[in-house]
Formats: sequence, structure tokens, C-alpha cells
Amino acid sequence: MTPLDSMPLTPGFADPVADAQSCFRALLEAMARPGRVQRLAALPEAPAPLSPAAAAALLTMADAETPVWTDAGPAAEAWLRFHAGCPLVARPGEAAFLLASGPMPPLAALAAGTEEEPHRSATLVLQVAALEEEEAWRLSGPGIENSHPLRVEGLPDSFLPDWAANATRFPRGVDLVLCAGPRLVALPRTTRIEEAG
Amino acid sequence: MTALGYNFGYLDENTKRMIRRALLKAVAIPGHQVPFGAREMPLPYGWGTGGIAVTASVIGTGDRLKVIDQGADDTTNAVSIRRFFAKVAGVATTESTAEATIIQTRHRIPETRLREGQILVYQVPMPEPLFRLEPRVAETRRMHALADYGLMHVKLYEDIARHGHVAISYNYPVLVGGRYLMSPSPIPAFDNPKMDRMPALQLFGAGREKRIYAVPPYTSVRSLDFEDHPFQPVRADAPCALCGSRESYLDEVLTDDQGGRMFVCSDTDYCNTRQTHREAAE
Repeated sequence: MTPLDSMPLTPGFADPVADAQSCFRALLEAMARPGRVQRLAALPEAPAPLSPAAAAALLTMADAETPVWTDAGPAAEAWLRFHAGCPLVARPGEAAFLLASGPMPPLAALAAGTEEEPHRSATLVLQVAALEEEEAWRLSGPGIENSHPLRVEGLPDSFLPDWAANATRFPRGVDLVLCAGPRLVALPRTTRIEEAG
Repeated sequence: MTALGYNFGYLDENTKRMIRRALLKAVAIPGHQVPFGAREMPLPYGWGTGGIAVTASVIGTGDRLKVIDQGADDTTNAVSIRRFFAKVAGVATTESTAEATIIQTRHRIPETRLREGQILVYQVPMPEPLFRLEPRVAETRRMHALADYGLMHVKLYEDIARHGHVAISYNYPVLVGGRYLMSPSPIPAFDNPKMDRMPALQLFGAGREKRIYAVPPYTSVRSLDFEDHPFQPVRADAPCALCGSRESYLDEVLTDDQGGRMFVCSDTDYCNTRQTHREAAE
């Protein structure tokens, strides 16, 4: 018996149907209105280092049809395998969903879809230190009336140039879900980011 | 109380998850058609199965659902779909545009301006705007990939050359976010301007053709036109015979076999509200 088998598995959604629905609506709202912070009402008990929002997003979107990549370690992998039933892959480029709790995987290495099928692209769920609707970035693009403020703590310095490079490939590209605790923000590939001030 | 023996919202959770993934990608790429697996529904293709699949994947117990068919809340299709969701999801339903959180529609956009927090779900018979011009799906996909929409401009030009104006009164093609050519579903061209920068989220489901697409809030939706022939929404030149509105889209109703006819609002909720206000004022 390996140590993994003896580790207790924490629960997923308490009410799987209703919780997945409410979490999906938060994700849909987040994707439709980039930069607006959504607070998830129903959260699973995810093992460390998974943040509750990131774990809920994966439970809502991933299943046996979606290869998932994660760097969150064996406890998180076992939890995802059991509750989402998703295959886990070793190479980020092969995943439909990525759950990064440590360093951000390079956007250029992820599946970006093709010109004809841009929807066959990865969604990166990235855990960050903090998310606030404060004027550090000014977001614009579809879903935003004029501009929207956002401050994210815990992103690498190279994020803004990488994000700009992601946008140049449109309609190909990677979509991003940033998670901190029970809160999340989505940045679809169409969102433009400017530094405020 | 939901019907026993069915999952909440009729669809199973795997199907909902598949549709939800398609919806998220559709919102991320405004106007792009995302394929999905359309499941068998307790009504045939052509009765709004795509819209129902989208609504079923989105709806929750806190939602209030409105369903319209050509603007009317009280036609067979609208009543059946509203009852269907009351039964399989136990949700509240309404005929009021302002009170609804989800509005499923066949071929109209309500006259009352939609707001943030509302989702408009369109039933789409044919999602491909180019299908009358290019029957090969592989070829239309290539044209979308290259944003090669010259064929549609030629069609509009030929209309103008032949008729003096663009002869499309419904399903008038639009360009979404300056990139993707999109079918707005067979709404009258009169409704096209309402799609532009709408505060509500717009989702489109085509069941038979198995495609989902979306327009996020505040996204530009431009009806194709030419500088010297700008797009013009058409409306019958008459007031509504019931509420007197000169702004709303009108249906022409034949009243006898002597050529008698009247024009009434196609949006029943809008018309009823106006009539009630008028009676209250008198």
C-alpha cells in the first residue's frame, strides 16, 4: 500500500448538481465580464495547495473527456482523479485545462487551437496571491463597457508581454482564470490589458 | 418541485459539462461557432432544442425564465418550453421581460432594453451565415478562419444592383467584434441594432446543426452594409392597433377575407404593459 492510498480524500461539491451550476454561472459571468471578481458560493474541500475557487472551477469544467495538467502534487492529483475523473497529462501542451499553483506555465507552450478551430485551446486556471478591482491594470475588450480596473498579485514580470503576445494570435489563444481563495476572475483571449497611471 | 426521474434541468451532468465548456469558449471567441453534442430532447429538432440545451445547462433554481416565440409569450412553443423548465428544473417563470433572468427566444429580441444580469438564449435553425452562398461546411470553416467574407458582400451588392436595396428582412448577417461573420438567427433586421453593445449576455444554440456561439456584453455587432447604402432596419409604417406604439416591431394580422388587416406589436409583453398603463391613465 502506497502512502497515497492511505491518505484521506476530502469531499468535492456537497451538492454536485446545484454547486456545479452555481459555479458555472460564476465562471460564465467572469468570462463574459472580464475583470469582475466573482465570489463562489459553493466550494469543495480541496487539499492543499489547491485554492477553493480553482478546485471548484476544475470540478465544474473537467471530466473524462478533458486532459488536465497540474503542478499541485499527488494529493491534488488524487483528489481531481477521484472527483472529476479527468485524465492527467505530464506535458502542459496536451492539456485542455491546466491548474497551476506554482510558477505560471508559459502561455506560448499551451494548446492555442487552430485558425479553424480556435475553441480547441487550453484554459489555464492560475492561482494568484490576490485579486482586487483596483486601478493597477485597465482592462478593455468584449464584455467591458469602457474599461475595468483590476489588480492581481503574484504574477510573473513577463506576464503582460506574454499576454499581449497571446492576443496577437487571435482567434487562436489561451483563456485564463485567475483564482485567489474563494474568488476568481477570467481573462478571455480578447481582453486587452494596459498598465494604469 | 422538479419532476421525479429526471436530473435537474433534464440533461445529465456530463452533457451539461460538455455544453458549459462549449459556452465558455464561445464567450471567449465572440461570434465563433463551437460544435457540441446535441442530445435527444423530448421535442423534435426545429422546435428549439439548441436553445433548450443551452438554457438547461445555464439555469439554476434562483432563475426566472421567460420564453418567447416571435415575440409572443402565449404561443404553443413558448408555453411548452416554459412548462418544460417549470417541470424539470422547478424554476419560476414570467412573461415580464424586466423580471426575467434568462430569456429564451425564437426569432425576436424583446422591445424592453435588456440589462446586465440577464441572459438572452436564441434558438437557431441555421448557425452558418454563409450556407446559402457556400454549401460545403469545410469551406465555410476555412472562410471564417481567414475572415474571408467577400462572398457575403458580393451577395449584398447584387441585391442592391438588382433591387436597389439589400433584400434581406430577417437573419441579416452581422460582424461580431470586428472579426466573425455571424447569423443573428432569423430575427427581423429591425432587431439587429439591439444586439450591438447589449448589456446582457447573448447565447445561441443550434440543436440540429450542433453549434453554440455567443456575443459577450458590450460587444460590437455591426450589420453588414456599404458606405453609400447604410444598413436600414425596416418596420411597417403604422402604429400598433392595440397600444399605439410607433417604435415597436409589428405583425400584420389579416382580420377578414375582404382585405381587412391590422398591425399589432409582435412583443406581447411590451404591448400588454403599454395597454395597462394607458388604461390606468384614463
